[in-house]
Amino acid sequence: MRYGPNTATDRNSLKKLLYSRKLAPYLFASPFILTFLIFFLYPTFSTIVMSFQELTGLNNAKFIGLDNYKRLFDVHFYNALKTNTLYTLLSILLLIPIPLLFAVLLNLAFVRGKNFFRAAIFLPALTSVIVAGVSFRLMFGELDTALINSLLIKMGLPPQNWSLNYWTGMMLMVILNLWRHAGINMVYYLAGLQTIPEELYESAEIDGAGPVQKFFTITLPLLKPIMIYTVTVAIFEGYRMFGESYVFWNESMPGDIGLTIVRYIYQQAFQRNDLGFGSAIGITLLVIVLAINLAQLKFFGFFKKDSDS
Amino acid sequence: MMGMKAKRKWAAILIAILFLIVCFIMLFPLYYLFLASFKSSKDLFRYGMDFRINLELMSLDNYRLLFSANNGMYLHWYKNSLLIVILYTAGSLFLSSLVGYALGAYRFRGQNFLFILVLVVMMMPLEILMLPLYKLTVQMRIINTYSGVILPFLVSPIAVFFFRQFVTGLNKEFIDAGRIDGCTEFGIFFRIMAPLMAPAFGAMGILLAMQNWNSLVWPLIVLRTNNMFTLPIGLSSLLTPYGNNYDMLIPGSVLATIPIILFFLFNQRAFISGLTSGGIKG
Repeated sequence: MRYGPNTATDRNSLKKLLYSRKLAPYLFASPFILTFLIFFLYPTFSTIVMSFQELTGLNNAKFIGLDNYKRLFDVHFYNALKTNTLYTLLSILLLIPIPLLFAVLLNLAFVRGKNFFRAAIFLPALTSVIVAGVSFRLMFGELDTALINSLLIKMGLPPQNWSLNYWTGMMLMVILNLWRHAGINMVYYLAGLQTIPEELYESAEIDGAGPVQKFFTITLPLLKPIMIYTVTVAIFEGYRMFGESYVFWNESMPGDIGLTIVRYIYQQAFQRNDLGFGSAIGITLLVIVLAINLAQLKFFGFFKKDSDS
Repeated sequence: MMGMKAKRKWAAILIAILFLIVCFIMLFPLYYLFLASFKSSKDLFRYGMDFRINLELMSLDNYRLLFSANNGMYLHWYKNSLLIVILYTAGSLFLSSLVGYALGAYRFRGQNFLFILVLVVMMMPLEILMLPLYKLTVQMRIINTYSGVILPFLVSPIAVFFFRQFVTGLNKEFIDAGRIDGCTEFGIFFRIMAPLMAPAFGAMGILLAMQNWNSLVWPLIVLRTNNMFTLPIGLSSLLTPYGNNYDMLIPGSVLATIPIILFFLFNQRAFISGLTSGGIKG
């Protein structure tokens, strides 16, 4: 049947279609092309348009020029931007060195129980932010009997109202993030450490280098690409953060504690029904993330190779 | 001066102690949640930090409440989560692998352009598109449906990227052999190449399923009624400004997490390669 002559022309053309090497890649790629057009290009275009409109309901739109963008100069957007920036900075400060230390130590030949330790540190990455948040809400409860507060009292320190102060609230989000993501970064660094040839360390040892020296002259420079990657991800994730705030303050946020940019979009668009302003915040967020990432890559000399060669 | 061996021994002991502490900190929140799921929230707040196992104060009452409250709404959420995760993962693996295969196994006009588009989608925070996508799902009448949750992200750019990298590294002679044997281009993919891509399917299946099982932002926007909620949305709906329903929230969280942890313990390698595949460089 495969080779047999076929008189029906439509069957022939179908066959040609199935065997066509020219057409096949386009057919295979068509799911992406379709979803890209419908669920990416059109929405991107539509959010740019919406950011210049005032929308009452979904279908009533009026162009209002730059008014939505002018409204960005308000205290709430400033608070959200500040919270995201601090959260991102603190996350980077913790989520780079701590997993790096774990990875370097768990890569040493003479350490026992490595597989168990690696698995245990990775385990929190499997939880949803809601589940993890519930556990953290219990531990960091405001009652004197809650775990962390009772420990503070035992040490003679005053108990805290964790979610009602700006800095303790920030700490809750950063610690939750650290707990859930330290394992993933550790695994990245472990993978990077495998690629460093053992001979480099051996020849450094012959030159009389100690463990600390070896770390700074060999390990750190050779892990740079992976560190750039993890910093980029941390910036990306830091500015789009939503869940870590939502699980602690899911309806209202006294004094904008925990108000992030994406939560501000959510609040304006879905709780206040202001899709135009929400879109303007979204576009601004995109510009911020792109700008910071480009600056960061330039700072790390990511573009140098291209311009040198 | 201490000998090399003695030094090593002390370092090993110190490092082991350090990691025992670290592991205690990492595992404690999960243990605490598990333990708390057997206690009434009244006791939990009265006795506070008691995290020893005390059978007298523990019971399965919370779990009974979880399954019976609100006509077994929790089981509805579980069913929604399971169905969505299965439909999404199967659909996304199928379509994303096709696209990745096209980009990795063929040479065609517009190939580089398509690949760049995949990278662009990969680098766009979805949160920026949530408003227009919400509008679109309302217009397409798939708001508050499984399709509404699944369709917009069905072709996953990370999976496409990963499959493309994987296929690029495969031996293309199999493809030519298939053509000589008279296979269609689809046949070559399904019968010859897809089986060779099994490790990639494993790693991506785990990544996509886990992301989907835990996903929060998009389902929160699309799913509007209680009976359509997935687990993370349903659980977060128990957190209200008028008091949190911890008697349901805690056991509900435990049951939502146990399957992933068990799955992880049996497939550690595939899990880790899946969850860290974003960083694989071409």
